[in-house]
Amino acid sequence: MLTQRLLLSDRGGMIVLGLIALTAVIVPILNLAVPHDSIFHVSTYTVTLLGKFLCYALLALSVDLIWGYAGILSLGHGAFFALGGYAMGMYLMRQIGDRGQYGNPELPDFMVFLNWDALPWYWQGFDMFWFAMLMVLVVPGLLALVFGWLAFRSRVTGVYFAIITQALTYALMLAFFRNEMGFGGNNGLTDFKDILGFSITASGTRVSLFVMSALMLILAYLACRYIVTSRMGRIIVSIRDAESRTRFCGYKVESYKLWLFVFSSVLAGIAGALYVPQVGIINPGEFSPLNSIELVVWVATGGRGTLFGAIVGAFAVNYGKTIFTSWSPEAWLFVLGSLFVLVTLVLPKGLVGLVARFKRTNKTPPNDTPDNTPKTPTLKPAEETH
Amino acid sequence: MPNLQWLLKSLLGLCLLTSLAHSAMAQTDTESDKPTSTATTEFETLVHELPKGSLSKRGQTIKALAMVNDERVPSVIEALQQGNLYADRGNPPTVAISSGKDAFIDALSGEAVAADTAEKLKRIPINNRMRSQLRTLLAAININHAQPDIRLNAVKQLISDGVDDDSVELLKTRQSTEPDAKVRDAITIAIALFNVESEDPSARLDAIALFSGSLEPEVRTKLTELATSDDNKQVRTKAQQALNAIEDRIAVYRFGENVFFGLSLGSVLLLSAIGLAITFGVMGVINMAHGELMMIGAYTTWVVQQIFPNQITYSLLIAVPAAFVVAGLVGIAIERGVIRFLYGRPLETLLATFGISLILQQAARSIFSPLNRAVSLPDWMSGSMEINPVLSITYNRFYILIFGLVVFFVLMMILKKTSLGLKVRAVSQNRSMARAVGVRANWVDALTFGLGSGIAGIAGVALSQLTNVGPNLGQAYIIDSFMVVVFGGVGNLWGTLVGAMGLGIINKFLEPYAGAVLAKVLVLVLLILFIQKKPKGLFPQKGRAAAD
Repeated sequence: MLTQRLLLSDRGGMIVLGLIALTAVIVPILNLAVPHDSIFHVSTYTVTLLGKFLCYALLALSVDLIWGYAGILSLGHGAFFALGGYAMGMYLMRQIGDRGQYGNPELPDFMVFLNWDALPWYWQGFDMFWFAMLMVLVVPGLLALVFGWLAFRSRVTGVYFAIITQALTYALMLAFFRNEMGFGGNNGLTDFKDILGFSITASGTRVSLFVMSALMLILAYLACRYIVTSRMGRIIVSIRDAESRTRFCGYKVESYKLWLFVFSSVLAGIAGALYVPQVGIINPGEFSPLNSIELVVWVATGGRGTLFGAIVGAFAVNYGKTIFTSWSPEAWLFVLGSLFVLVTLVLPKGLVGLVARFKRTNKTPPNDTPDNTPKTPTLKPAEETH
Repeated sequence: MPNLQWLLKSLLGLCLLTSLAHSAMAQTDTESDKPTSTATTEFETLVHELPKGSLSKRGQTIKALAMVNDERVPSVIEALQQGNLYADRGNPPTVAISSGKDAFIDALSGEAVAADTAEKLKRIPINNRMRSQLRTLLAAININHAQPDIRLNAVKQLISDGVDDDSVELLKTRQSTEPDAKVRDAITIAIALFNVESEDPSARLDAIALFSGSLEPEVRTKLTELATSDDNKQVRTKAQQALNAIEDRIAVYRFGENVFFGLSLGSVLLLSAIGLAITFGVMGVINMAHGELMMIGAYTTWVVQQIFPNQITYSLLIAVPAAFVVAGLVGIAIERGVIRFLYGRPLETLLATFGISLILQQAARSIFSPLNRAVSLPDWMSGSMEINPVLSITYNRFYILIFGLVVFFVLMMILKKTSLGLKVRAVSQNRSMARAVGVRANWVDALTFGLGSGIAGIAGVALSQLTNVGPNLGQAYIIDSFMVVVFGGVGNLWGTLVGAMGLGIINKFLEPYAGAVLAKVLVLVLLILFIQKKPKGLFPQKGRAAAD
């Protein structure tokens, strides 16, 4: 039953997950087992790049869950990603120990530099891996809980919600840029040495992190799929399509939205925590409103309202970004900007929608009328389970 | 018309009087020429004396020199005091003032000194005691200067250097004849600062009484010193009282300064937000490229100034309509090209316009280079008006405040009184009804958007007078302006005004306690909390227009 509900009824998702699982098996082999001079060898750089994309895909998934299914557009999801990243970064900072520039066993370098003589209270406990991992979940979740509670309770929706989430991430960016905050200010946290005793630059660690990211993405996908195909998922979709009507039917709209928002932000936090050890740095730039809005475009490009669409979009846009920025960094912003415009004007359902349209025109004569709000065709089979 | 006649008569009289005064002055000028010609010789001999003899003799020469009535005296004394006066060993010696590296000007003739003579010049040595003597002498000369500004500066110089026995005599004689009230007050403070050092406690008390309300920093340090360490108890309490009174006055001025800076920030926010209030508030279109339209306005100012580099004032006057037109046209292009397909889908509009903002930013970076461009200020906008030592108002901020209010009221008039305004309001309230009575809704949409964008361009002109012009200029303001619109209430221009000024002032009042960045964060947090209480802003729209 559950496999039917989560996977078999979702062909696109099955294909995407299959591809991810396949890469998660093949890439480590090609990196570790195949000799360096072979053409089949995958460099550690590529492994890290793919790992980064997987984290982005997880982040995009978390945005798609609230935007595509509940119609909540958050322009501040990068903040939760960055908070998760900072929690991981703090653990990694504490692992440096006395190997820093100043050789202080207790304090990270930037604190020694600022003449601090003791760890601030909020840095306590981050030397323990389990605590840091707990914080990766708790900090973004708690912020989302408080913020979401305040926002949804007073029925801040649509563009207003989008703008205040943007303000939230902007405020956090400004705050984290301050040295007094105790998070490394402008430079952020970097110079990591090892994670759980393994050197962070070693190929083995990189590959493990890559595999971890892939596993996490698959798990998160299944969890999201579980949510959207459940009874709750259908209420959430009805909130998206007719919020007032759902409220009048007696559902507590605020609670549903809040729950989903918190879950989504925790996913974003996990993505951040996996991202930081792979790229080796976290700085306040991750909070910038541009990052958050860019990831909304990943989702829009892939196709909002289909979970695998978000993953496709994250990979497509970021792959494009990698290619363009190495070819001509100037051109990238033009491309990204045009992407925003084109996707909203001509591709409201994203790449996934484009593929679906192709298929339909090939099979049957076109009978779909263009509609403005993208609905989710993937939801229909779920009705059989109830 | 008796009044007019009287006016004419008095005007005539005034003309007569001034012409008389002119001739009288001309007379005194010719008279005073004679004594200077004798004084010139005296001046020359004294200057020639300067390099010779011992230090104590030089002190006397300086004193005598200060008594001579010659316009070259201040420059010689100033040069000597700063160690810029040089002389050679000739008889009579060449005395020259150093004017930069290896360049000398003859102290007597005022001409440049030839290079071969310049090589032999040596600095005339002075000691510390003479240096302070010279400073006092210089102040003494300037204290009797014809211009009140120079007199005031001379007194302030004396106050900051410390008043001694010699200078206090000078100040006392000047005090009785001084015509300018400001200078007189400064002299009173200077004398009081001297008297407060007296042995006699009652003299000290009298002096403290004179300090009331003075904002000079020296007075404050002196009073603080007296209040803590004077051996007379009464003096201590009086000093403390005077100090408290001064602190209170300072607090008032600081408050005033904060209000001004807050209003200034508010006027910038207002300029950037009223364009948004039209596109977002009236049309319901989220335009994330609004900041970039401001950037376009700022770059227009820069380009206009490049075309007329010597006419800064006129180029600024041209830049205002030019920026309006350029930004307005870009706005209309955006509306026709993208936004009109997205009406009724606010989230998509937000994303599409954000994409446009990225394109515009990168375009500015490609065309004008990523470096910031400086736009020069016209003379009448640079500098500041110093009201007292604590409070001064910068002209550019002042004029921008006025400008912002003017733009606001003009826009208000356009929306309330013109036929375009009527159509805009009609379309925003009930689109299909407006079309039914013959309003071309599409055309009105384009014009409204153009108007909002044009005002963003004008805001860019104002911003270019405050900061450098760069591709990221608009980005810094976009979130703030959205906050203003949301805070004030969507679709309400008055709300935008109150919201902008309110946010500006709150920001500036939080800054001293929390620092600029944290103040901003706090304001954002406060705003998020505020939306909890009043989700529709300070001035929510009422009636049917609000229900959608």
